[in-house]
Amino acid sequence: MSQSFAVGIGGAAGQGVATPGDIFAKIFSRRGLHLNAYNAYQSIIRGGHTFLTIRTGPQKISNTGDHLDLLIPLNQDTMDRHLRLLTAGGACLYNADLIQPGTPAEGVQLCPMPVSKMADITRNKVGQNTLAIGAALSMMGVGFPALESVLAEQFRKKDKAVIDENVNLARAGYDYATQNFKPFSWALPMTDARYAVLSGNVAMAMGGAAAGVKFYSAYPMSPATGVLHWMASHARQAEIMVRQVEDEIGVVTMAIGAAHAGVRAMCATSGGGFALMSEGMGLSAQAEIPIVVIDCQRAGPSTGVPTKTEQGDLWQMLGAGFGDYPRVIAAPLDIADCFKLIPEIFNIAEKFQCPGIVLCDLLLSEGRLSVDPKLLDFAPVIDRGELITSNGSGDHEPYQRYKITESGVSPRAIPGLPGYTHVVSSDEHDEDGVLISDEYTNSGKRRAMMEKRMRKVDGIAAAAPPPELHGPANADVTLIGWGSTYGVIQEACELLSEQGISANYLVVRWLVPLHGDAILDLLHGARHTIIVENNFSGQFARYLRSETSFVPDGNIRKYDGEPFAPHHIVEAVKEQLAGKTKLSVPTHEIMV
Amino acid sequence: MATEVAGIAPKTISMADFKGRVDPDWCPGCGDFGVLAAVQKALVELQIPKHEVATISGIGCSSNFPGFIETYGMHTLHGRALPVATGMKLANHAMTVLVTGGDGDGLGIGCNHFVHTVRRNVDLTYIVMDNQIYGLTTGQTSPTSRLGMKTKSMPYGNIENPLNPISLALAAGATFVGRGFSGDQKHLTELIRRGIEHKGFSFIDVFSPCVTYNHDNTFQWFRPRVKKLEDNAEYDPSDWSAAMEKSLLWGEEIPIGRFFERTDLPTLHGSEPVLNAGPLVHQNNRIPADVAQKFIEELM
Repeated sequence: MSQSFAVGIGGAAGQGVATPGDIFAKIFSRRGLHLNAYNAYQSIIRGGHTFLTIRTGPQKISNTGDHLDLLIPLNQDTMDRHLRLLTAGGACLYNADLIQPGTPAEGVQLCPMPVSKMADITRNKVGQNTLAIGAALSMMGVGFPALESVLAEQFRKKDKAVIDENVNLARAGYDYATQNFKPFSWALPMTDARYAVLSGNVAMAMGGAAAGVKFYSAYPMSPATGVLHWMASHARQAEIMVRQVEDEIGVVTMAIGAAHAGVRAMCATSGGGFALMSEGMGLSAQAEIPIVVIDCQRAGPSTGVPTKTEQGDLWQMLGAGFGDYPRVIAAPLDIADCFKLIPEIFNIAEKFQCPGIVLCDLLLSEGRLSVDPKLLDFAPVIDRGELITSNGSGDHEPYQRYKITESGVSPRAIPGLPGYTHVVSSDEHDEDGVLISDEYTNSGKRRAMMEKRMRKVDGIAAAAPPPELHGPANADVTLIGWGSTYGVIQEACELLSEQGISANYLVVRWLVPLHGDAILDLLHGARHTIIVENNFSGQFARYLRSETSFVPDGNIRKYDGEPFAPHHIVEAVKEQLAGKTKLSVPTHEIMV
Repeated sequence: MATEVAGIAPKTISMADFKGRVDPDWCPGCGDFGVLAAVQKALVELQIPKHEVATISGIGCSSNFPGFIETYGMHTLHGRALPVATGMKLANHAMTVLVTGGDGDGLGIGCNHFVHTVRRNVDLTYIVMDNQIYGLTTGQTSPTSRLGMKTKSMPYGNIENPLNPISLALAAGATFVGRGFSGDQKHLTELIRRGIEHKGFSFIDVFSPCVTYNHDNTFQWFRPRVKKLEDNAEYDPSDWSAAMEKSLLWGEEIPIGRFFERTDLPTLHGSEPVLNAGPLVHQNNRIPADVAQKFIEELM
């Protein structure tokens, strides 16, 4: 990765960490810079500790990196926990009245601000934040007008007095830094590009709107609630029906009712909410009514750690709803992919009349990424499969909803159409929709119907491409991951290469269909394979082995609730190549 | 997405239109036969074409109902008929939505959905075939089983007080509450017809005796006890408190009929501006370019 700059802002929940984060994000993206942001927070509304990292640079930023260049602690707690993340050339901007610095690494500039002498913030406690933003931007080499216009926008809903106060505070901080602190040696560059900045949740919601979703149901659950919030606030403009339901069982069954009526229906939850949706998966599968369910994984089991990330739900998805049935499961690779994947998975789910599962996680759901607006394509291909929406001349054979076909797909008539009345059911049924237990259970029909449904598996396999291997051929090490580890694996490979260890990577997006044979082909001849994932037991490693018998040379697993940083993977690879271990569990050095 | 309809000559809708593909597999003498006939008769009286009707059920003997009537049926999950029906109604509010099931399905596992669907005033007609037992699983206590009733799951007698579906529906805010008896088909047909006509959530609890597993609350037990509210000229179904009082009566006199109705509250689909443009299923599913542009600009 090219040069980048990482800012860390921390404080107690309620101290206003988010606003400086938003302001930096706007400034960076308007300078035509890429950014990647991650907020480490707790399940608490006020108090505790929250820490936002934003990393920016002219090229795509795949993760929030290994260190900070600028630390803005809003309280002593943050100074104590995070100062060590600053490396030579970095700086720490803090309110000298309230906070004592620790001992930074060599080459780190401490920038105390005598806040009470700079401004009167007795009535505006978060005023110290605005002072810090101004100071930071001066040190980054950003002109003040850029900050002024962003502040005006940030506080546009307040009156002019508030905007002026903030601009003055920012100015005070800006000028103080210009006079008293050394600027960063790498001034923030500018490019002509313009980027949209969004979270994975917003990307998935927008992807749903682009895919033609007309019905969205939800129950609030971290970290999926952001999808509901976007949907709810944009429902009227997007003409989407959005409903908050009494529980997740109601969420998924309401989506199924809407889908059966003929619209695209979607819902999002986390592992615990999905657990309640399991029988809904079965209904979707047995009745052959397509829906798309998003799981924003978080640390489990059970209530787990609601604000921390994990990749721990894979086996729940593979086994959800018991019995054998066709399904499609995909894990988006980054936040832009969160948008792109939704229309793709809907096309498959609808074409093959089965449930589709999006395996996202907190890291993507709540992280933010800069995305080229051209990638937010609101005119994707929409393929609704074999839908019967017209009764033509009214003359047709008696309609069979579950007609046995070679592909396994039976054309689907939309309720309301004359001449096509039928019953769909969660019970096993014959081609007519009649429950086979209504005419004494018929083993021949049961078998035929199971085989019909399962023929769809082949169609689904052809509809989703196998993964790709990226990087130099014949590499010293091949890293394998799935979903959100895509970004950090890419950077780890670059860093390894700089250290003389060639590395390539294979990151899986489609979990079902897995394309196990294609994966084996790609990995054939790999010198040293390591599977990287955010869970304890190696859920993907176990899945890959169960499908292909493939066993990697090693595993790197992190399950402390915090995402990988590139150095975690680099150090683990080195210790494994040195033969020290086959299982590395990186420790998170900072108590976030 | 539009559904195109080629010219279909109008004809009188009759019972034959609604005859199911298979005959019901209920035990001979089951109360549900009477409910099925009443529903079909009500639809014929209202002349609603079968393709405009959705019949949605959960799981249980009475939930086999959609298989025995020719409409757009959905035989879903135990206790989950109401949210499925809500989704169906919201996606296509031109459909007449009927929900059919039992007391275990609807008031046991499905009770949470019941309370919320009632308070949302979803425009559908919910018919609970109440036999105070779990029949299909061969005879366990249900939420409406009387205190002391002996079943396979409570062989020493039920020690729990039963739920009162009428009071519960009234308390949850149902805008139409009725109770029928499978043994009085004329009365039941009329009640169901009014329920379907009612714009809003119509709840009809029907005493539908299980001849195989409930030997206490049989047809013979109900017949002398059920008393039609309609026979009392002074009874005013717009009076909620009166309805609540009547709902608590049980024993030698058990009221049946239209307990309560109000027509002044909006339905759920009527409160949703997104549906002003017509049924969701027929609306455009593409975001216009200028709207998409605004969504993206918000992020920049």
